[in-house]
Amino acid sequence: MENMLYGSSSPHIRSKETISKIMIDVLIALLPATLASIYYFRFNAIKLIGISILTAVLTEWALQKFMNKPITINDFSAVVTGLLLAFNIPASAPWWIPVIGSAFAIAIVKQAFGGLGNNFINPALAARAMLLASWPVLMTNWVTPGADAVSTATPLAILKGEAEGTLPSITNVLMGNIGGSLGETSALLLIIGGLYLLYRGVITWKIPVSYIGTVMIMTLLLDGGFTNMTYHTLSGGLMLGAFYMATDYSSSPVTSKGQIIFGVGCGILTAIIRIYGGYPEGVSYSILLMNVASPLIDKYTSPKVFGEVKKVA
Amino acid sequence: MNLQSQTFKGGIHPPHFKKSTENLTIERAKTPDMVYIPMQQHIGAPCEAIVKVGDSVKIGQKVGEAKAFVSAPIHSSVSGKVKKIQKLDTPTGNATTIIIESDGKNEIHESVVSKGKIDDLTKEEIVEVIKEAGITGLGGAGFPTHVKLSPPPEKKVDTVILNGAECEPYLTADHRLMVEQPEMIIKGLKAIMKAVEVTKGFIGIEDNKPDAIKVMMEASKNEKNIQVVPVKTKYPQGDEKRLINSITKREVPNGGLPMDVGVVVNNVGTAHAIGNAFETGMPLVERVATITGSGINNPRNLIIKIGTPFKDIIDECGGFKDNPGKIIMGGPMMGIAQHSIEVPTIKGTSGILVLDKEEAKIPDPDPCIRCAKCVDICPVNLQPLFISKLSLKRMYEEAGSYNALSCIECGSCSFVCPSKRPLLQSIRVAKREILSNRKKS
Repeated sequence: MENMLYGSSSPHIRSKETISKIMIDVLIALLPATLASIYYFRFNAIKLIGISILTAVLTEWALQKFMNKPITINDFSAVVTGLLLAFNIPASAPWWIPVIGSAFAIAIVKQAFGGLGNNFINPALAARAMLLASWPVLMTNWVTPGADAVSTATPLAILKGEAEGTLPSITNVLMGNIGGSLGETSALLLIIGGLYLLYRGVITWKIPVSYIGTVMIMTLLLDGGFTNMTYHTLSGGLMLGAFYMATDYSSSPVTSKGQIIFGVGCGILTAIIRIYGGYPEGVSYSILLMNVASPLIDKYTSPKVFGEVKKVA
Repeated sequence: MNLQSQTFKGGIHPPHFKKSTENLTIERAKTPDMVYIPMQQHIGAPCEAIVKVGDSVKIGQKVGEAKAFVSAPIHSSVSGKVKKIQKLDTPTGNATTIIIESDGKNEIHESVVSKGKIDDLTKEEIVEVIKEAGITGLGGAGFPTHVKLSPPPEKKVDTVILNGAECEPYLTADHRLMVEQPEMIIKGLKAIMKAVEVTKGFIGIEDNKPDAIKVMMEASKNEKNIQVVPVKTKYPQGDEKRLINSITKREVPNGGLPMDVGVVVNNVGTAHAIGNAFETGMPLVERVATITGSGINNPRNLIIKIGTPFKDIIDECGGFKDNPGKIIMGGPMMGIAQHSIEVPTIKGTSGILVLDKEEAKIPDPDPCIRCAKCVDICPVNLQPLFISKLSLKRMYEEAGSYNALSCIECGSCSFVCPSKRPLLQSIRVAKREILSNRKKS
């Protein structure tokens, strides 16, 4: 056996890239926002993020163990899902909210459909939608950052006139010193992480740019000009959604054209929900809706093969 | 044309691995005691042996006659006696092989004489010389060169491109040939240009070989019809359709040939062999190859006589480091894994690559995460993930509707896949099944 040669068809070398390296890059990108979240929301943030990640990883491990499948928790994808779910819940949420959310994301949305790469919608977002539908009050009980958390409203709710209060300054919105979900508050840090992902080649510019660009144009034209556009762009999970959730590999299109259509679609839906819909926020539902359209988009944006001759009709 | 390196869309950047041999001068390998010359070394019909056991042969003497148009004659690379003619394994399969014992004298056959000045020959005479010299593409595929140089009259060829991209990692044979013998390559290029009656010749060289670009520019500075074009270092730049696209911006139709857009592409090594066939009259009996890889003791660039067993060459390069994991003829992206080192060097042997056990390991595939990297880099705009998925489910016709047959088998998709999925490997299966189903129906 010692002198046996490997025989296989080409190529004989592979890149060093692996799934776990990609997931670790995503975690690195989310680190600044995670730290900011802990800085603003203190122990609540540590508790909820920890519980969420732990539940996600344990659920994945238990299910795979139970189904006699290879255990894949060391690819870190469950950690990413857990963290993203935590980013989508308010700091005031009770401990069992992330438990239910993470377990749902992993068990129902991810593993029930075949595990990594087979979920047709983003697990963290689907779980968020489920939590929001089931516990609407708990899931929208926003608090101010700082030690003595008092109830507050998100900038978008104020903008929409659904809540009382004065709009926070753009600087505070950018830094994340506002009310909102755990991880969606600091647009600046989310953008920095997003740029890191672009630099590392984990995501391409197509979905984030087309998504954010569409929201900016739509809100500029339809919702009262430049100031409102700035709030729409920088607050309310748009950065989190555009860089980290809409770019989820398994629930977004694979073709370049498809990814741009997907991003524009997310942008249009987000703007419509925010301006004309019942919710001040629209990122989650827009992405989920576009997720289910992805296979169709892929089907109709199949690229032209190099050198393909136009068929004469 | 601007000064920036020309390129094409898609492609990958594998590590080069060329350091260990790119500055090593080409040396001549020892004459082996015994050569094994297969009668099938090219794409097309095999040759028929025209010598018998016991015959004495000399270097350059024809030993295999091409009976079909798409075929190329084969010559002896040593002087000595024919010991045996039998079926043997070759790097690309199994073929009738003439086994010649060398007498060590290296006597040259009387038919080997200079073919005179290219300017004095007609295009028909040039093609005939190239055909009789048994020249085939030396880049690896091994297509008989005279066939490429005989386009049907309705195809108007206006451009010749020499392929000096050498985009395969590890290989440096073409690189060294360009640095050391540029005049012979230019001579070959001029013969090719005359053969297809064109006045425009390009030499495409990847920009990770600045010394080769400089030397070739210097050597061609008095040839106003010949231009050296630096092309971006990117795999598969050396694929002829990619190179045509990089240099001329023309797109060879899907399923078509370079001549469909008026271009003929030849490897620089092939041009060198052509130049040599005119200057000395010596047919293609030896070639330059890079012997390299993590599993070899002394990597080298060697001139090897066709028919030399891999084993002799590996010994000459200091033998294996530890136990070899994989032995590949050609480069790591498109080369062919060998099951034995008893196989002989053939015209298409651009390199012998030995990977150690660690590098040769075939990784376990993870599930596809739909990261779309394979879609982004596919140079022919395919969606490898879908074709592969359908192929693994044995849905070959559906795989065909995703244009599986347009795959050029460059292997870029398998290379970039973070899940280490056997993308190209399964696409190959789909292609084979689709073609065999078509034949049946």
